[in-house]
Amino acid sequence: MALKLTELPSKELPITSGHRVCAGCPEPMIIKQAILASNEPVVVGEATGCFEVSSCIFPYTSWNVNWYHNAFENAAAITSGMEAAYKALSKRGKVTEPINFIAFGGDGGTYDIGFQALSGAMERGHRMLYICMDNQAYMNTGIQRSGATPLGAWTTTCHVGKVRPGNVRASLRKDIVAIMAAHDIAYAAQASLSHWNDFMRKVQKALSYDGPSFITVLAPCPRGWRFPASETVNIAKLAVETGFWPLYEVDNGQWNVTFKPRELKPLEEFLKTQGRYAHLFKSEEGKQVIEHIKELVQYKLNYINHMAEATKGCEMNIFGRCALPEV
Amino acid sequence: MARKSVGLTGDYAVAEAMRQIDPDVVAVYPITPQTLIVEKFGEFVADGIVHTEFVPVESEHSALSACCGASAAGARTMTCTSSQGLALMHEILYIAAGNRHPIVMVDVNRALSAPINIHGDHSDTMGSRDAGWIHLYCFNGQEAYDSTIIATRIAENPNVYLPVIVGLDAFNISHNTERIELLDDQEVKDFVGEFNPPYSLLDLKYPVSVGAYFLPDYYMEARRKLQEVIQNSKKVIVEIHEEYNKKFGRNVPAIMETYKMEDAEYAILAMSSITGVAMLAADELRSKGIKAGVIRLRLFRPFPADELYEAISNLKGLAVVERADAYGAACAPIFSELSGACANKKKMPLMANYVIGLGGRDVKIKDMKSIFEDIVAKVNKGEVKDLRQYIGVKG
Repeated sequence: MALKLTELPSKELPITSGHRVCAGCPEPMIIKQAILASNEPVVVGEATGCFEVSSCIFPYTSWNVNWYHNAFENAAAITSGMEAAYKALSKRGKVTEPINFIAFGGDGGTYDIGFQALSGAMERGHRMLYICMDNQAYMNTGIQRSGATPLGAWTTTCHVGKVRPGNVRASLRKDIVAIMAAHDIAYAAQASLSHWNDFMRKVQKALSYDGPSFITVLAPCPRGWRFPASETVNIAKLAVETGFWPLYEVDNGQWNVTFKPRELKPLEEFLKTQGRYAHLFKSEEGKQVIEHIKELVQYKLNYINHMAEATKGCEMNIFGRCALPEV
Repeated sequence: MARKSVGLTGDYAVAEAMRQIDPDVVAVYPITPQTLIVEKFGEFVADGIVHTEFVPVESEHSALSACCGASAAGARTMTCTSSQGLALMHEILYIAAGNRHPIVMVDVNRALSAPINIHGDHSDTMGSRDAGWIHLYCFNGQEAYDSTIIATRIAENPNVYLPVIVGLDAFNISHNTERIELLDDQEVKDFVGEFNPPYSLLDLKYPVSVGAYFLPDYYMEARRKLQEVIQNSKKVIVEIHEEYNKKFGRNVPAIMETYKMEDAEYAILAMSSITGVAMLAADELRSKGIKAGVIRLRLFRPFPADELYEAISNLKGLAVVERADAYGAACAPIFSELSGACANKKKMPLMANYVIGLGGRDVKIKDMKSIFEDIVAKVNKGEVKDLRQYIGVKG
């Protein structure tokens, strides 16, 4: 189905108002965009995290679709179980309607503590889409560092101090899309809620495959990143326009850049919007860190471009798993 | 009806029961000495003998997580594990019970690390005893087979709707070949019946949110309810055992098995396979004129405090013999539990606690005899100096 912004409001929203997320939180936007992109009913598995604790406080729920939360690190595993139940009950004729399974987790539950369960679920080939709402730290527990926290950012476990300029690491962050793509799944992608059309098309593509898929979506966090609640979408947009958060996909082994800014804006325009990077602008050492971040951003852009070139025409449809015998 | 009797290990007997139950989803990770179950069940899957969605996961943590998802989605769900595997599931055990997922898990009782040891004792399930699961402990392979079928009915009973652990001893049961009388496939199918969950994540007409966040205003009520439900499950557990025994001519005790307890003055209380050794020791003591008996506790959760008290209240001495310890605690788990349950009872036997057979250490008749003799001596002296003793420790 083609995506038309004018038609989206007529669809029933998967989550209602009345949830308790912070002002400016990107997660309801991401979840609405993702589920509205599905042409089939969606059943959600969710990791413990910001949106879980704020959307389903007993005896209330904001979820308009079937929703299941179990623990922090097992969103992929519980969704595997739901999908297995769907297969089993379909075979026995107890379930007849088509259902899409989407798991949502934060970056902590995805890059770190839930990584093993995620890897297992992707490798086994469950028909599920895992969406990481990537706010680059453990926001729910109070802005601690995660495997997605970029170089130079402040968090409450990588403070800015006399000898440390915030988060110290060798790379910009763990490259979760490349790692997921290396599972030879049908579809892995990086998206931003600011580019809703790009994101929703990616969701549609991911759900079109009869196998596992993965999308990480940048989720700028007003509390954790220290910016005004009204700026969420603008900052997500700046992340894309400065090359900090390139939009691309790995579709059946073929790497594609899905949005290319005509001209990259200077990275500082993104960094300076957020309190988590404020210290970098105050000292010479900080400015050096900015230079290093720029190098890493450029390296990643080059890498993605090279991969797009190198995998051109791969058409590795074997990753769709459609050809596997029904078991 | 003449039924088939076959030579099977305890693990294979469980796998046979699982084949006959034909659950919707089995998510499992292999671990010695449970591995035979998952291997044998894997064969049934590969041959298309069962219709189960088999999810061979990457860890026990994910095994139970996937089971929770499947169960919440309305699937009849089973898993099995041992020792470290159960320990890795620990976090999810509480969630499975708290979310009321009727999962059946067979746990081959094995010691916990460190030091690493693959042999039998009850450290693993004793470590999970407060998670909200029903615990059944098996005497032999036959009971392991029967219990797997019975547990399915208990878990899915609308008045229970809780997960159940079926415990069987590592190697003594899991790997020993015994004569097992199997029910007919149809008999099992009819007994377990269709699983009709009250809600399902796949029911699109009635969307549900499962696993909500409870603030301090409701959390205690939810937890209190869990205690109420598991406590009340005892009635259903007894009824289902009675139905099973009556239908199939079996004699599986729901709560406990008593051996020569009618006139007993001294008794050993123990669980699982080692109670057989205690029974042999009791026979020997009886031949010497000592009125010895044995209580085999089968249902550990919910703890059958009233039934146990009734069984022990007329004794002079009771030896609680356990294949698990509780480090830093005054006593091992069952002793603590029983003495707690009988805190205000006026008429109590003299009691002592004996830890035996940890990590697969052989439990011999002479060990059980020495325990009987020890408890008799303690009663004669009228005092217990060493409340907890370790039996069969070298040096």
